[in-house]
Amino acid sequence: MITTPNVENQTIEKFLRQDRLPHIFCPGCGVGPAMGSLLRGIDRSEIDPDKIAVVSGIGCSGRVAGYVKLDSFHTTHGRAIPFATGLKLGNPELNVVVFSGDGDLAAIGGNHLIHAARRNINMTVICVNNFNYGMTGGQVGPTSPFEARTSTTTYGNFETPFNLPYLVSASGATYVARWTTIHIRQLDKAISEALVKPGFSFIEVIAPCPVVYGRMNKKPEGKDELRYYQEKSVTRNGADPKDVDIELNGPIIVGKFVDIERPTLWERLQQVTEKAQARIKTKK
Amino acid sequence: MTENRAPARELFISGDVACAEGAISAGCRFFAGYPITPATEIAERMSLRLPQVGGTYIQMEDELASMNAVLGAAWAGAKAMTATSGPGFSLMMENLGLGAMLETPCVLVNIQRAGPSTGLPTLVAQQDMMQARWGSHGDYEIIALSPSSPQEIFDFTITAFNLSERYRVPVLVMSDEVVGHMSEKVVIPEITPESLYQRRLPQVAPEEYLPYQPDADLVPPMAIAGQGYHFHATGLTHDEMGYPVMTAEAQDKLIRRLVDKIRLNSKQIIEYRETQIEDADIIVCAYGITTRIARFAVNMAREEGIRAGLLQLITIWPFAEDRIRELSSQVKAFIVPEINYGQIVLEVERCAGGKAETILVPHMGGGVPSPDTILNAIREATR
Repeated sequence: MITTPNVENQTIEKFLRQDRLPHIFCPGCGVGPAMGSLLRGIDRSEIDPDKIAVVSGIGCSGRVAGYVKLDSFHTTHGRAIPFATGLKLGNPELNVVVFSGDGDLAAIGGNHLIHAARRNINMTVICVNNFNYGMTGGQVGPTSPFEARTSTTTYGNFETPFNLPYLVSASGATYVARWTTIHIRQLDKAISEALVKPGFSFIEVIAPCPVVYGRMNKKPEGKDELRYYQEKSVTRNGADPKDVDIELNGPIIVGKFVDIERPTLWERLQQVTEKAQARIKTKK
Repeated sequence: MTENRAPARELFISGDVACAEGAISAGCRFFAGYPITPATEIAERMSLRLPQVGGTYIQMEDELASMNAVLGAAWAGAKAMTATSGPGFSLMMENLGLGAMLETPCVLVNIQRAGPSTGLPTLVAQQDMMQARWGSHGDYEIIALSPSSPQEIFDFTITAFNLSERYRVPVLVMSDEVVGHMSEKVVIPEITPESLYQRRLPQVAPEEYLPYQPDADLVPPMAIAGQGYHFHATGLTHDEMGYPVMTAEAQDKLIRRLVDKIRLNSKQIIEYRETQIEDADIIVCAYGITTRIARFAVNMAREEGIRAGLLQLITIWPFAEDRIRELSSQVKAFIVPEINYGQIVLEVERCAGGKAETILVPHMGGGVPSPDTILNAIREATR
């Protein structure tokens, strides 16, 4: 079921740095709605906000850390996940959220993404996928569909994009979902679930970039991309992630694809500590 | 995390192991690293020791991740460290800059090997000394120390943690393969918590806290994630609130403070050790492993009646420029032996300002210079 956004302003305002507004996002951009979902998801999860840390990399989505009134870090390009890994291991009581874009997380930071999933570190990664590098003016990215036009693929993208849910689930993620920015209710719920889910959670948010990507791909207005999502998205909870590739102007399969249990990195590390300390005692 | 206190003891250990033990004694409870010769033994020792003392060891997927994990752990409140060598050091440079920009206390150890590129992975060099100072883009200051023995790498690693906590800056321990791999007696003293510097925490309520408002010494108190301060830290140029400000004025204010907090406190930071300096005509200025060879050469010169002395640089960055300037009016020449083709010699030459001759004794790496090569340079300088 597709629902329309119903912005609960008070919830959002509580967690927004009002003194930093207006934000830098373009008209029709999907980063703002995704950030709204993060804030409502936090509220719904009932986690103590003092214990939440948001880490971003570089790019449009990377600016989100600067707007949330929480402990927040705006790091270097691609490195939000390893920074967040240190934060989490330095204080396991923290609930660590990485909020960044597809280029940051899947291209320059792709290695960290798969290794964090492999380790099953307890963190939530929200990946805003707008199919291009928006901040630098719309270059091709690791998720740009085949034949998509970008500022560096005038003749159409000649590469095959990543299917991110498939990539992270194959790497070991225990919670994987994809929604678009018109699936606000579902996205709020997914984020609130992911925040309390032990292990590595990954949520892909398909988001419009009308000013840059949309303009080059015959969807120059924010509503054009939203209409495309409305017409072409298919909810299929439990879909096999290998079947959720996105083609240019093709269907977008959304839903919760993975929700499984696996020992987390911290559980394993605690076992190591116990073993090490037991060995000291027997020596004494 | 857990207690720092351990009874005094003596161990016969390598420099790499001594470095790890120094870190544990300093209260380091987080290590992230990636295997690389000749620094791997530090990671191995930390993987054994940290779980014993309630800390966390993790091997990351590369050195970029390692450096970032260290920064993250530092912001979670841990004393955190990584260790690497040439190629890994290069990979850490961007995020060393992030550490400088966010003002993150942490320690980065470089057990130097010969480069460029893969070079001589198992053999000594001192070729990353300028990279330590200038390796990340932009203008900043860091602190770098150079040990000449396993005992010194133990001691200086503790100093490195204290300085990083004191000045909120990444501190580099610029060691080398010979020091890392040689085994000697290391005295591990009883460390009291009072002897260790802990970062200054905010003394105001969260609503009044300005994350980048400095105290009189230009160092801002540091909030730790998870304690309700809801602060923002960004690699963008920022104001005292920590918010991005894209102006030349904000850049001017921030960069001056980041640099001046080290420059204006350099008298408290800089350490060096002098031997037979009082009457010296010729001073050998050395650091790291080269110091030990220079000591031989100075003693041999003394036996020949040459008034030679030894200046060991312990702190490489910030550079001991005041002391070298003073000595330059006393001596005829500075001899600078280095396992590179001339790096620190440029600093010595700058500080000598033409008042004393500056002579490089280079070694391209893969071994250490012999005392004779340094002695010959001393003899030449007397002529």
